[in-house]
Parts: sequence; C-alpha cells; structure tokens
Amino acid sequence: MAEYKPIKKVVSGNYAAAYAAKDARVQVVAAYPITPQTSIIEKIAEFIADGEANIQYVPVESEHSAMAACIGASAAGARAFTATSAQGLALMHEMLHWASGARLPIVMVDVNRAMAPPWSVWDDQTDSLAQRDTGWMQFYAENNQEVYDGVLMAFKVAETVNVPAMVIESAFILSHTYDVVEMIPQELVDEFLPPREPLYDLANFEKPFSVGALATPADYYEFRYKLAKAHEEAKKVIREVGREFGERFGRDYSRMIETYRTDDADFVFLGMGSLMGTVKQAVDLLREEGYRVGAAKVLWFRPFPGEELYELAKGVEGIAVLDRNFSFGQEGILFNEAKGVLYNTKARPLMKNYIVGLGGRDFTVSDVRKIAENMKAIIEKGELDVEVDWYHLKR
Amino acid sequence: MNTLFGEKKAEAKKLVFTSVDQYPEAPVSLDTTLSNFTGDWRTFIPVINEEKCVKCYICWKFCPEPAIYIKPDGYVAVDYDYCKGCGICANECPAKAITMEKEEK
Repeated sequence: MAEYKPIKKVVSGNYAAAYAAKDARVQVVAAYPITPQTSIIEKIAEFIADGEANIQYVPVESEHSAMAACIGASAAGARAFTATSAQGLALMHEMLHWASGARLPIVMVDVNRAMAPPWSVWDDQTDSLAQRDTGWMQFYAENNQEVYDGVLMAFKVAETVNVPAMVIESAFILSHTYDVVEMIPQELVDEFLPPREPLYDLANFEKPFSVGALATPADYYEFRYKLAKAHEEAKKVIREVGREFGERFGRDYSRMIETYRTDDADFVFLGMGSLMGTVKQAVDLLREEGYRVGAAKVLWFRPFPGEELYELAKGVEGIAVLDRNFSFGQEGILFNEAKGVLYNTKARPLMKNYIVGLGGRDFTVSDVRKIAENMKAIIEKGELDVEVDWYHLKR
Repeated sequence: MNTLFGEKKAEAKKLVFTSVDQYPEAPVSLDTTLSNFTGDWRTFIPVINEEKCVKCYICWKFCPEPAIYIKPDGYVAVDYDYCKGCGICANECPAKAITMEKEEK
C-alpha cells in the first residue's frame, strides 16, 4: 500500500464533490444545472474537456431525465453520478424510487436548498428530507472535507449493499465557500474503492431478463422487505467503511452520529450538516462559561442510527434538536425521528425542537448560547415551555 | 392448448417463491412473459363464436395486451394466459361474434 500523503486544495464544497466524483472514477454523469448545484457539473465537464477524467457526460433536459439516465447507466453496470438541488430533486422524486427499488448504487450530491415558493436559493434541508422514504441513503456533510470524503464512502457503501446514496451539503454555506480539503491520491482511492461489481449483468445476451419487472401482490411485499433489510445491513457496512476510511486516511467515520464533548454533558445539541460546525464552536465557548453541553451530529440520516442515538440519550438530561427543515402539520423532521426512536427505550430525556436557519437565515454562536440558556431553564424546571420553537421568528 | 407461443410457453415453468430467501436481491428477471402469466386477473372472459366471425381481425388489432392471435385456419382465438378480460374485443367486434361471460374459477 502506497503511503498516504494528502493533496491539499482550496476548493468550494461543490468542487470538493466534483473532485470526489472524478477520484471515484465515475463512468457516467447525467445532470441538469440548477443553482446552487451548477458548479459541480461545470467542474466535471471541465475535467472531461481537459482530458483529466474519462466520463460519459449525458446532457439532459430535466432532472427527471438525469436520474433516468443514471438508472440506465447503473443498470448496465456503470458507476453513475449526478447532482441536484431543491426543485430539481423534487422533480427526480419518482425516479428515485426506481433507482432504489431496482437496487442501483447511484450516488448523488444534493445541495440543500429551500423549496419554493417563495423562491429561494439558500440553505434548507427540507428538499432532501422530503425524499426520506424513497429508499436512498442520506449522508449530511458538515464541511467541504466531509463532502469529498462522503462521496467516496457513499460509493463504497452503496455498491456493497446495492442501495443508492445521497451526499448532502448546504447551499452557499458549503457549496460556494472555499476551504482546505485534503484529497486522496488516485491510486489510494482506487485501493479503497475498486471497480464496481454489478449485482447482475444486463449485457448477457444468452440469458435475457427484465429489470424492474412486474410483481403481483404475490411478490411485491418480499422485495420491499429485501430493501428494508439492505438498509439494516447498510448500518453495519457504513461503520466498517467509515472505520476503514479512518485507518487509511486518518479521518474516522465509524460512527453514524459524531459526538463532540458529550461524555459528561447535561444536555446536547442534535443536528445535521453545516450548522453543526457553528454548534461545536459554541460548545467550546459554553464549556468555558460553565455549561456542561455537547454536540451530536447525525452524519447518516438514512439508514437512521437509532442505536447510537439511544446510547447518547442514556447519558443526558436533555436534547435540543436543531432542525433546518420542517414537516408541515407536525414538527422538525429530525426531532420527529429522534423522538420516535427513543419512545420504546428507557432513555427519555427532555427533548425540544428548535426550528433554525430556514431558507438560509443565519445561525450563529450567539443563537446557540440563547438556545443553551433556554434548555438549561427548562431542564431545571423539568418541563418544556413549548415543544417546537420557531427560534428566529420576528415577534 | 392453443397459445401465442405454442410449445415454448408450455416448456416454461412459472417461478413460484415460497420463502423470502429464494427471491433475487434486485427485482430483475422475475420471469419472462413466457411464464409470467397475467391472465388470472379477469372476472369476465371473452368467448369467440366462429360461426359469427367474419375474420375482419378488428379484435386482433384492438386487443391491448395483445392476447388475441390468428390461428392457421384464419379464425381468431384468445390466449387466456394473458387476457385480462377488458372486453374491448367484444365491444369492437362488428359481427358480435365475441361475448363476455362470467368466468367460473
């Protein structure tokens, strides 16, 4: 094994995604440009034009077609990649089911962007979380490094369990902000991520078969069970692949929930994506001020890391769930999921939902401090003031 | 049995899975149409009266499956392994040679 010397580049989150796709040796990219995803596919087109990557680029007329082309390519055995945002992801929705149902390990980067109207191009997790039930795995990146690492790991996990995966980054906060990213030399990526071995060979003309064929009520149910089991299996694979990634490249992803200073914490902030960088910084400051707080970042939202959340919940008195998303008629989506997982366990800390940062609203360290003060007060009192707090609301 | 695929279809065995482990990982190749029969969906069954049939083949042309085929003698017949009993053939037949009858199962 060659010695690992990272290649440091200053890149945007979107370029980190494009470099990762190139280093993963994707064979087919089909995509349609949409803000703020556009520079991912522009960069890939540049790689192809400069002869740096041997990729078949399929320009399509919509995101629905982009996913359809990826499905065709993946069914034929290729490593396929695409990227999108918000309305584009929504337009793909129907095709996302075809990809996961046919067990095709496509990897997509979704640049989290608020759903319109009102028209918005800024950060909001509702677009990807609305695809929660499509059978895709979801990895939420906190920074540009995690975008790069996430794409490489997503391919390995996806191709092991034959389930497609999304790697999700924040609009502008990551997609267009430059940061140092440690990239991995090509030969080491190749060792980590060997060529894909497809589940079936569509090019075998001796034994023709159909893909995604009809299943009557006598058979459909079993295929759904198989996909459900694949997601269960994926939890194990994610931890193994994350551990291997850590051993090879020094950044450990063996846990699906990353914990930060949670060991002796009275309460923790639970959230996903870029806002957790702010939270970690705030935790350091709050610790200096005497607050015993920690941060827990859900890296993989699907499959959902219920076991790790339970372990976390056992040791704390409260969990402040920060949702940059909302499920109308109910509450924040991560809050909803986290509460659901803990219902049948003995760990029942006070849980409060803070709706933050929708549509790119700034979420800062001082916001975290205010939330910490509020959490401390409700824990001391032993009961919630409100369950769902629209934190930024102009009152 | 008269069928669209003749002997080939008779040879094909319908795959029946009795436990989840027997299923392929991905829903591919459940089977070909040679053995994946879809004719058990119907309630009414078309019955052809050759005495009235004028061999116009409008039923053959309109059948959406297509489950109607032309026999060597020029008359039409229905492949009941695929006929879903929609009744379009009976509706379109100008000679009223096709009647839809309640199927006894």
